[in-house]
Amino acid sequence: MADVLLEVRNIVKHYPVTRGLLQRTVGWVRAVDGVSFTVEDGKTLSLVGESGAGKTTIAKQILLLEKLTSGNIIFQGKDIYKYSAAELKRDYRPKVQTVQQNPWSSMNPRMRVRDVVGEPIFVNAKLAKKEVYENVGKLLNQVGIDPEGMNRYPHEFSGGQRQRIAVARAMALHPELLILDEPVSALDVSIRAQIMNLLKDLQTEFNLSYIVIAHNLATVRYMSHSVAIMYLGQLVEYGESEALFNNPLHPYTKALISASQLTLPEDAKDSSKQIILSGEMPSPLNPPAGCRFHTRCTEVMDICSKEIPEMKTIGTQQVKCHHYT
Amino acid sequence: MVIEKGKKKKIYTGLKRSTRIIRNLTLIIPAAILILMIIVALFADLGWIGLPDIGLAPQDPNATHPRDKLLPPSFMEGGKSDYFLGTDRLGRDLFSRVIYGARVSLSVSLIVIFITALIGTILGILSGYKGGRADAFIMRVTDVALSFPGLLLAMLLWVAIGPGYWTVVLALSVLGWAGYARMIRGESLRIRESDFVAQAQVVGATTWRVMFKHIFPNIVNSLIVIMTLQIGMMILAEAALSFLGLGITAPTASWGSIVADGRTELDRAWWISAFPGICIGLVVMAGNFLGDWIRDKLDPRLRQL
Amino acid sequence: MSNIVLQVEDLHTSFFTRAGEVKAVDGVSFFVREGETFGIVGESGCGKSVTGLSILRLLPEPSGQVTKGKIILEGKNLLELSKKTMRAYRGKMISMILQDPMTSLNPVYTIGDQISESVRLHQDLPENMVEGEVISALRLLRIPDPEVRTREYPFQLSGGMRQRVVGAIAMSCRPRLLIADEPTTALDATIQAQYLALFEDIQVKTNVAIIFITHDFGVISRICDRVGVMYAGKILETAPTRDIFKAPKHPYTAALISSVPQLDKKDEKLFSIEGQPPSLLHLPPGCRFQPRCTVAMDICKEQEPPEVKLDENHSVSCWRVK
Repeated sequence: MADVLLEVRNIVKHYPVTRGLLQRTVGWVRAVDGVSFTVEDGKTLSLVGESGAGKTTIAKQILLLEKLTSGNIIFQGKDIYKYSAAELKRDYRPKVQTVQQNPWSSMNPRMRVRDVVGEPIFVNAKLAKKEVYENVGKLLNQVGIDPEGMNRYPHEFSGGQRQRIAVARAMALHPELLILDEPVSALDVSIRAQIMNLLKDLQTEFNLSYIVIAHNLATVRYMSHSVAIMYLGQLVEYGESEALFNNPLHPYTKALISASQLTLPEDAKDSSKQIILSGEMPSPLNPPAGCRFHTRCTEVMDICSKEIPEMKTIGTQQVKCHHYT
Repeated sequence: MVIEKGKKKKIYTGLKRSTRIIRNLTLIIPAAILILMIIVALFADLGWIGLPDIGLAPQDPNATHPRDKLLPPSFMEGGKSDYFLGTDRLGRDLFSRVIYGARVSLSVSLIVIFITALIGTILGILSGYKGGRADAFIMRVTDVALSFPGLLLAMLLWVAIGPGYWTVVLALSVLGWAGYARMIRGESLRIRESDFVAQAQVVGATTWRVMFKHIFPNIVNSLIVIMTLQIGMMILAEAALSFLGLGITAPTASWGSIVADGRTELDRAWWISAFPGICIGLVVMAGNFLGDWIRDKLDPRLRQL
Repeated sequence: MSNIVLQVEDLHTSFFTRAGEVKAVDGVSFFVREGETFGIVGESGCGKSVTGLSILRLLPEPSGQVTKGKIILEGKNLLELSKKTMRAYRGKMISMILQDPMTSLNPVYTIGDQISESVRLHQDLPENMVEGEVISALRLLRIPDPEVRTREYPFQLSGGMRQRVVGAIAMSCRPRLLIADEPTTALDATIQAQYLALFEDIQVKTNVAIIFITHDFGVISRICDRVGVMYAGKILETAPTRDIFKAPKHPYTAALISSVPQLDKKDEKLFSIEGQPPSLLHLPPGCRFQPRCTVAMDICKEQEPPEVKLDENHSVSCWRVK
């Protein structure tokens, strides 16, 4: 087993909901509610879930854009909240970078590509402009963009090219962990494969670890070594990618997989193959008692609305469901 | 293009010609007026580059000619060719006074705009980007500034430090930044949420870097629009103060003070107030048209295909 | 075979911009039968949405214009109708569902108001029957507690519910043709599955013909009977859904399908189409896919391939297919 690069231990993020003139706190949105997972060296972990499940909040917590309410984030064996400001700037921030979903909004429209990609270097190293731009040229080459293009502005590039530029920027500080927030979902079908292949190649070449945030399971399966399925701020199933896709345990995982399969009309008529959930994800302000999924579950039992299920380990998978106790 | 069965179809090639001409005129005319006024103000005399004897103003604006009081403009009956726009109560050449007045009015307006935009932008970005306590504090001060009666402040300053050019500048600047601060704060709040700002934070960019490399360049457009629209506003404000006697004092000419001077002679010598008044109107209008034009140009929603 | 509801013949739609004429739709022909779902799949900018807008005659005038072709709905050429008749057709005969449920509802009116507006506009009903019609439209879209929902405002509903209300408005006058432009793109996977199941249900109940515009092959596989694959303004291949997936004839269709990652296949490397779709202002000579095609021949660079009909339902535009 490879070394653990990042461990997330029981992290929580609650946002206060305030009302009235005096901003009285009337409740808490439990955006992330006790999530644990590990990311191994050179491997990919995918966080999967519907909007509002808390995936993006976790990404922001790891990127230090949001504070933890409680829990620990341990990077290379050390709790990042125990780093000093100088250590964070030197030993953590540069090593954990991100590629965002939307390549149209993730770049300052008034900066040239050379400054967009060069910014991480300008901020973190005292190098002359010329040296920085030389580096930028190499980075662009690495992601398949002609370095000549560095003097142009982002809007002169297509979506796929811009996403490549975003990857180049994320690579600028020689990171160890990249957080890829829906890296291909804003791109056209024929371009997605190009970017996914590029990310895979970079991973092998530089031994990068990825956390991929996605809602498309097919993308996730192609990219990842392990998968964590989230529902309403919690993990419901977590395990190695192969095992999880071949033998999904949690009813929610099964429903998601069913929804992501390419089903031809003739096959779909055979309704036993398709699981269609009723209802929608409840508000994280007021999660259901017992198992959070019980309101939509197709295999619900009496106990599900009463008791909160515990995380159980079954083979290489962990699952939070009363069917497995 | 294929035309079916000889049927004629109109081909669309952007805006209609007439619309385009009007658009362009709303740029050319106001820009020409403003540039002309600025040239007039600069070259009223060339004393500032060491040539006090050459200039556009035919006479010393403060030289009195007791024999030529209240003369009408030269193109009217009874006018003298020495005084193109006539003379005032003291026999001063109105044309020269209006030219020198442009210098005062325009420079006050531009200086005030520069000062207020600078202060307002810095405070607005700080407030919008930092949020929290800094934001709350700056916004409360802004509220006070926006609700404080400007005239009262001008009077207080007039009493405290006496009348003069810099008193006017101060009176207009002390409260004027607040509008900018509020507008820039709103824009900054919006841009703070952009993905590229998060991205800059992730690579470890400092607050200053984010504020001036990422946020500022993205509000420059709105800032320029507001500043242009303010040219007219500030000229009017200066004129109003001078008209009320709280601004530029005799014998210095500003458009506002000339209008005020002519007030008592309105029935006998309308030209004294009329000509500087027309100048004020022209510049205010030019500023507004130009501001609108720039806004249309910069706003992608109004941009045509 | 059931009746053909809509027949589009050689449709050309252009946008006239300062940079020149952009041929967004460049000779598109297809038909939709009663009770059938025809999918138009393609990448952004391929002209699929413009095709939908052309049928509804809702192009942004005056820059966008249909320059050639026929759009025949139940025997009438829509392009020859007066503006007034066309307005009556919209909603009553054809309606549309757009991608974003947040912006397609007016936030200041209740759900009931918005549906009854469309009912009153197109159906000559006594006032006391309007409410019943509204509720039956909500029922059709399986919206729970329709009596309560009619009094609610859009912001009180979730994204999925809102998209159902949009569907209820579109279906309220029982149109013959429904154009759905990426209606599920903004929805989550499990909600999307619900919504698609709903479409099938509606179709069985009302026999409406549906044109489903999307970029997502998963959606296509689920609900379309036949599919047209569009690229840079042209439909390159039209075929029953099963053939598109199992036996694609056009190299673009084949490449596109193999570049989509699939759950039940795990490849080490995804097949990827190199390059980007061409600019509509500077189309390549010959076949428009030729610069990215791995099996291009000399003739592909010189002449545009004609449409070849393999059978009644399957046609391809490619020099390799004879």
